[in-house]
Amino acid sequence: MTNNTTERILRPTRGLVSVNLGELWRFRELLGLLAWRDVLVRYKQTYLGVAWAVLQPVLTMLVFSVMFGQLAKFESWGAPYSILVLAGLLPWQFFSSALSESSNSLVASARIISKVYFPRLIIPISSVLGGLLDILIATGILLVMMPFYGVEFRWHLLLLPLFFVAAFLPALAAGIWFSALNVQYRDVRYIVPFITRLGMYVTPVGFLWQTQLPEKWRLLYHLNPLVGPIDGFRWCVLGEKFTPWWPGFWMSMGITLVLLIAGLAYFRQVERNFADIV
Amino acid sequence: MEDYCISIRGVGKKFNLRENGAHDTLRDQISALGKRLLGKSVPQRESGEFWAVKDVSFDVKPGDVVGIVGHNGAGKSTLLKLLSQISEPSAGEIRVRGRIASLLEVGTGFHPELSGRENIFLNGAILGMTKAEIRSRFDEIVAFAEVEKFLDTPVKRYSSGMYVRLAFAVAANLEPEILVVDEVLAVGDIQFQKRCLGKMADVAKSGRTILFVSHNLAAVQKLCTRGVLLKSGSLVYDGGTEECITRYLTSVKETQGELTGYAVNQPLLDRQSPDAPIRVTRLEMFDLEEAPLHHMEVNDGFRIRIHYECTGNYAKGTVSVQLQIRTHLGQELVRLSTMPISGYEIDHLARDGYVDLTIDSLPLVGGRYLLGVYFFRPHVEAMLSLADVVTLEVSPTDVYGSGVGMDQNRGLVVTKHKWHHEVIVPKVGTPQSDS
Repeated sequence: MTNNTTERILRPTRGLVSVNLGELWRFRELLGLLAWRDVLVRYKQTYLGVAWAVLQPVLTMLVFSVMFGQLAKFESWGAPYSILVLAGLLPWQFFSSALSESSNSLVASARIISKVYFPRLIIPISSVLGGLLDILIATGILLVMMPFYGVEFRWHLLLLPLFFVAAFLPALAAGIWFSALNVQYRDVRYIVPFITRLGMYVTPVGFLWQTQLPEKWRLLYHLNPLVGPIDGFRWCVLGEKFTPWWPGFWMSMGITLVLLIAGLAYFRQVERNFADIV
Repeated sequence: MEDYCISIRGVGKKFNLRENGAHDTLRDQISALGKRLLGKSVPQRESGEFWAVKDVSFDVKPGDVVGIVGHNGAGKSTLLKLLSQISEPSAGEIRVRGRIASLLEVGTGFHPELSGRENIFLNGAILGMTKAEIRSRFDEIVAFAEVEKFLDTPVKRYSSGMYVRLAFAVAANLEPEILVVDEVLAVGDIQFQKRCLGKMADVAKSGRTILFVSHNLAAVQKLCTRGVLLKSGSLVYDGGTEECITRYLTSVKETQGELTGYAVNQPLLDRQSPDAPIRVTRLEMFDLEEAPLHHMEVNDGFRIRIHYECTGNYAKGTVSVQLQIRTHLGQELVRLSTMPISGYEIDHLARDGYVDLTIDSLPLVGGRYLLGVYFFRPHVEAMLSLADVVTLEVSPTDVYGSGVGMDQNRGLVVTKHKWHHEVIVPKVGTPQSDS
């Protein structure tokens, strides 16, 4: 990097700008450090610290199990309702905390943005990455709880990392979209909490969509990019009977990819003015 | 190929001035879109253009130490931001060869909750160092900053001196081919400033390229091999340092009348929650003749008018307003408030209004000061904190009539005084005399 003899040309850009992956890669250490800072600060600042990462999914799981499993008596295909909920909760909670953290990330980094150059994409990406620790802790809880509920460990569990990626992508797409929107439009920060609150019920976190949804709506329902990853998580944890409905899964992944690419394009589009408007 | 490391060709930066200064809202955007779809015309928002930098061209050769001088608002900082890729030029083009590091502020990205050690890594990475580089220079950084004992203490507990030293130490250990520095040397005490300048001189001697913005003309004179003078966004001189400084000083005298004495720093409403019970909508400053404040000399007075908007309902004397004056380094110099400090009680507060504070004479030396405005309920809560919301520029007046302009290199406060010297001469014919 020191003997960089290449010439950089700074000039007004017009039209679509591509994402400079090489540059992102060169700044990977900064990306890591910023994610590490987010985690460190979060755990230093909250009183409960790590306990919070444990309590949040466990309490939500309890509420949902009672609400949907005990009171509404939703079908669970023989699986313990709590495990069913927790498996769905992992990707959802990762998504919703990534969304709320990253949507604010650029605005919160206004000072740095106006003083130093680095690819701005690093900021929302690092704040999505910062949420990974929470989902790992929650996964730990899930693994501890499974034997208690008599759920055996199956080989499917080995596929879990793949679905981590599947859950990471929509979170990343949303983070990129909303962080940039938030810089441009200041009412966006009121929309985000609404999305996360409503999304929790629209997304099959507390129930199996398979048992609730008429056949003809299935594909449309998978336009929600979280449905695919949630199906995947349940499959890994609960086995065979919960094999995802693949056309739907790929629908979720496809829409995620579209959102991600469009998000990147939008981000690059407004990025050039960030330093002037934040 | 010409021998340059930065080539600037016809570069300009345009800002759009919006009528109400606020961000757009998504709601407005969507309703405008809806109207357009229905075929209704959407009133275009009133907007003006402002070129902060206009058609600037010059080349920088490897090893040049270029000082960029000009008035506040001449476009110096904007130009540096364009060079360091922070903001994009609206016209022209800049070619950069080599690794560039910009130091527009010390301690960028410092997080108060993190320890000194953690912040060294974070800040270093933000400035463009790799982890390996930081690790290899870690001891040097710590030694330069003199913070060995406090490495694991969160920097929020650091004194402002320590904080600045640590921040500068990280920056000083950068080794880019091109270094872009804005005004950062104006921090810390004199002794520390000297060390910083020394460090800069070392960097310059080692043959690296430096672009340097400063109001400290002595430093520019000492360090730079070349001067660039900007005026209202345009380049008016490029050449020798001495000549550049002379021209700058001449133009200071000419434009003394246009010097804006103060500036409100951010769009005010952006800093305040829209549903806060009280909000400051506008800040105005006047001289003692009630005219808008354009220029402040040492010992001049001023009046600040704080326009507020109140949705709550507060009985007489329950709300207080406070004004704080700090140096640009953050040292508090003056604190004035209605209730506890002056005893003045603000009437029942329920709607819009303004509060005036008049200072008859401000005995501070020339330089930049930051004014903060606060609303609070004594012993109950802080309602609104607008720290450092106004920058006030006091010009270094020769108050003592000696030809010395009093600025922040000469203490902070001025006072009427006189010197007297007396030689004690033994009286003739006293018994102590020899012989």
